[in-house]
Amino acid sequence: MIAELGLALLWFAAAFALLQLFTGLLSLREAGAGFAESVRPVAVMQGVLVTLSFLALIWLFLRTDLSVLLVASNSHVDKPFVFKLAGTWGNHEGSMLLWVTVMALSGAAIALLERRLPERTMLATLAAQAFVSLGFYAFLLFSSNPFTRLEPAARVGAGLNPLLQDLGLAFHPPTLYLGYVGLSVAFSFAVGALMTRQVGPQFARAMRPWVLGAWIFLTIGITAGSYWAYYELGWGGWWFWDPVENASLMPWLAATALLHSVSVLAARDALRIWTIMLGVVAFSMSMVGTFLVRSGVLTSVHSFAVSPERGSFILALLCLYIGGALVLFGLRASTVNEGKQFAWSSREAALVFNNVALTAILGIVLVGTLYPLLTEAFGVRVSVGPPYFNPVGAIFAFPMVVVMAIGPLLRWREDRFARVGRRMIAPVAIFAIALVAALVLAPGIGILPLLGLALAAMLAVASVLPVLGRNPRRVKLAVWGMVVGHFGLAVALAGMASNAAFTTERLAAAAIGDTVAVGPWDVTLSEIEPIAGPNWTALEGTMTARYRGGAPVVLRPQARNFFSPPTATNESALATRWNGQLYAVLGQEADGGRWQLRLWWKPFVTLIWIGGLMVALGGLLALIGRVIADWKQRAIRVRLAERREYREAQP
Amino acid sequence: MSAPTPGRRSRWTIWLPLALFIGFVALVAYGLMAPGERDVRSAMVGNPLPQFTLPAGVEGTPGLSRADFTKGEPRLLNIFASWCVPCAVEAPQLDTLAAQGVPIDGVAIRDRSEDIAQFLDRNGNPYRAIGKDDVSAVQLGIGSSGVPETFVIDGEGIIRYQHMGPIMERDIAQIMSEWRKAKEPL
Repeated sequence: MIAELGLALLWFAAAFALLQLFTGLLSLREAGAGFAESVRPVAVMQGVLVTLSFLALIWLFLRTDLSVLLVASNSHVDKPFVFKLAGTWGNHEGSMLLWVTVMALSGAAIALLERRLPERTMLATLAAQAFVSLGFYAFLLFSSNPFTRLEPAARVGAGLNPLLQDLGLAFHPPTLYLGYVGLSVAFSFAVGALMTRQVGPQFARAMRPWVLGAWIFLTIGITAGSYWAYYELGWGGWWFWDPVENASLMPWLAATALLHSVSVLAARDALRIWTIMLGVVAFSMSMVGTFLVRSGVLTSVHSFAVSPERGSFILALLCLYIGGALVLFGLRASTVNEGKQFAWSSREAALVFNNVALTAILGIVLVGTLYPLLTEAFGVRVSVGPPYFNPVGAIFAFPMVVVMAIGPLLRWREDRFARVGRRMIAPVAIFAIALVAALVLAPGIGILPLLGLALAAMLAVASVLPVLGRNPRRVKLAVWGMVVGHFGLAVALAGMASNAAFTTERLAAAAIGDTVAVGPWDVTLSEIEPIAGPNWTALEGTMTARYRGGAPVVLRPQARNFFSPPTATNESALATRWNGQLYAVLGQEADGGRWQLRLWWKPFVTLIWIGGLMVALGGLLALIGRVIADWKQRAIRVRLAERREYREAQP
Repeated sequence: MSAPTPGRRSRWTIWLPLALFIGFVALVAYGLMAPGERDVRSAMVGNPLPQFTLPAGVEGTPGLSRADFTKGEPRLLNIFASWCVPCAVEAPQLDTLAAQGVPIDGVAIRDRSEDIAQFLDRNGNPYRAIGKDDVSAVQLGIGSSGVPETFVIDGEGIIRYQHMGPIMERDIAQIMSEWRKAKEPL
């Protein structure tokens, strides 16, 4: 019954989305102004219905209702509770339902809370939002019904990919999804504003919390995904330029650019068209990412259940949304007012430079990801990897870091370089010191890690200058957000460079009792025993590691075998110190009772993820600061209006 | 002095994003419609291997040269790289072939010895010998333009068959039969 109920709710929700689209569009015309009243309630109702539908699917997964095809093929009676829950969205159909649910909830939130936008832009935005949702409803109802029954019911279920049976991963995709959906809201705002040609600071302020929210989720999603790949794949690396990783990086790059240009639009009423364009591009990138991952046009280490049919469907949606938005953009962009002008030596110009750099990096990643597909069209197969992405990306990333250091010190509209130059003396000095220190301490260091370390040091110092010497309580929360975010990026960059420059690795065949040295560590293999989990068996190695002869730390890496489906995975073991991580993997048994061990000592590698989280924290501070400021402003406006009314009422 | 804002575009640049997008759609639509079973061969198939000598890919193992391919026994020449994801995908299939007695030599493209060692440790080592090709000289010389690719070389050093892209489960039979065929002289 629950499955049928869920499906019925989904159909009703789709019908309300259709209603939202038509009432929204009609209300934009003079003749249909009467519909304007109904758009907001319809949007709220759509949100409620689809949420109930999603709850029905969660219920089916928690109860492991094996008469539902999706549950039977993605869950298992023996699976732990939390993975049954995560199984709801750990598959194609469920994740699409999650997507459309979050989208409808965002629409409902806009309908209930947003009061700053001009009413017409608001209606157009909700219509655009309904239009995007309808595509996903069609996708779900006609090609990926999550509620299909299985006749006869399965007995135990086909399990979940064991590689994906990991807490981090259970919550990694929904985090990215929240980011993608947030960008779809920004897209709807951009389309709404294009339809009514009302692009200005009010529009930017309404759009900004959604962009910030999306960006925070994307940042957390990418950071968590990178850490997951690091410890779960057992390869010792933290970023592989795999298509799936690129699919999550590209929307982040576009969202980062959008975040900064939307701030310019809100503060200075400049960059109107550019902001609209980025709003379209950011959502395009999340759709392109989803398409590349799901359609199977590219080979990836993350094998989602790919299918060309689904690929075609997503491609059709992509054409409809992005193609449509770009046509609208072409028709309307030249009629949107330019916005304010500014000088080369201004904060706006620095933000424009960073926007261009981010867009260039986005282009590089996109070309690198698609290049294998392009050459395949000409009959040649290639694979593009770090030898391309790292140096080519760095060409734009390093200048961008320099401008990141300078930009926040510049004034809006126009500034004198000489004034800023004086403030940059300390950061530049730190850059030089770090450069020399790295060359002295590590003479063989590569050019990219070297520049990375020195630039990270410079950015770290420069990023705190905007608040240095000011009363911390007087500084706006949004400014703190920027400082923390930029400092976080410096921290992450330092981690990346340090990992690239100073990692030591040891491959050894060790017998029980042998000691292997890696960097400052001595690692002794003390025993190897078989152990069993709920749905796997494993060989677990016990190692005792000592840092410079200090207190022993016990590491237990495993070589696991899952039964359903049969898959072998490596569970790495980590020992974390303040100055880095020891990373241990248990390999195959070599001849004569010896075991292959892979050990890495990675100085300061954890800074990569700490920095990533700081960047997200910066976004969160900015978001809270903006929302509070908006709320206060609204309260003041209400009070002024009340006072005016009171005065007018007096004789 | 005022900076040109990215918003100030002439008419045609406004349509540029749409043009790029159409190009993207055309490309991926092609990728979707024609999933790569096309048979585009290197011009070198049927010709002898060019002369080459490569240093060892992993310390303590032999290097690779043309002479290794003229000892009367057909061999596979696998072009790979530690940084290439599809190469990791095809590794189990190479192991299967090696286990069935097919001799395989590897040429690692633009790679570092420690990375190769790590790759082999992670994915298994099906190779008799590995040569390190830092400038893609051998790769270009035998008419391969991507990684991974696999060539069947007969006992006389003649290139007999080229397989592009990763060897998947379904390709193993074809590779085995080409390797057996290469035992017969042309």
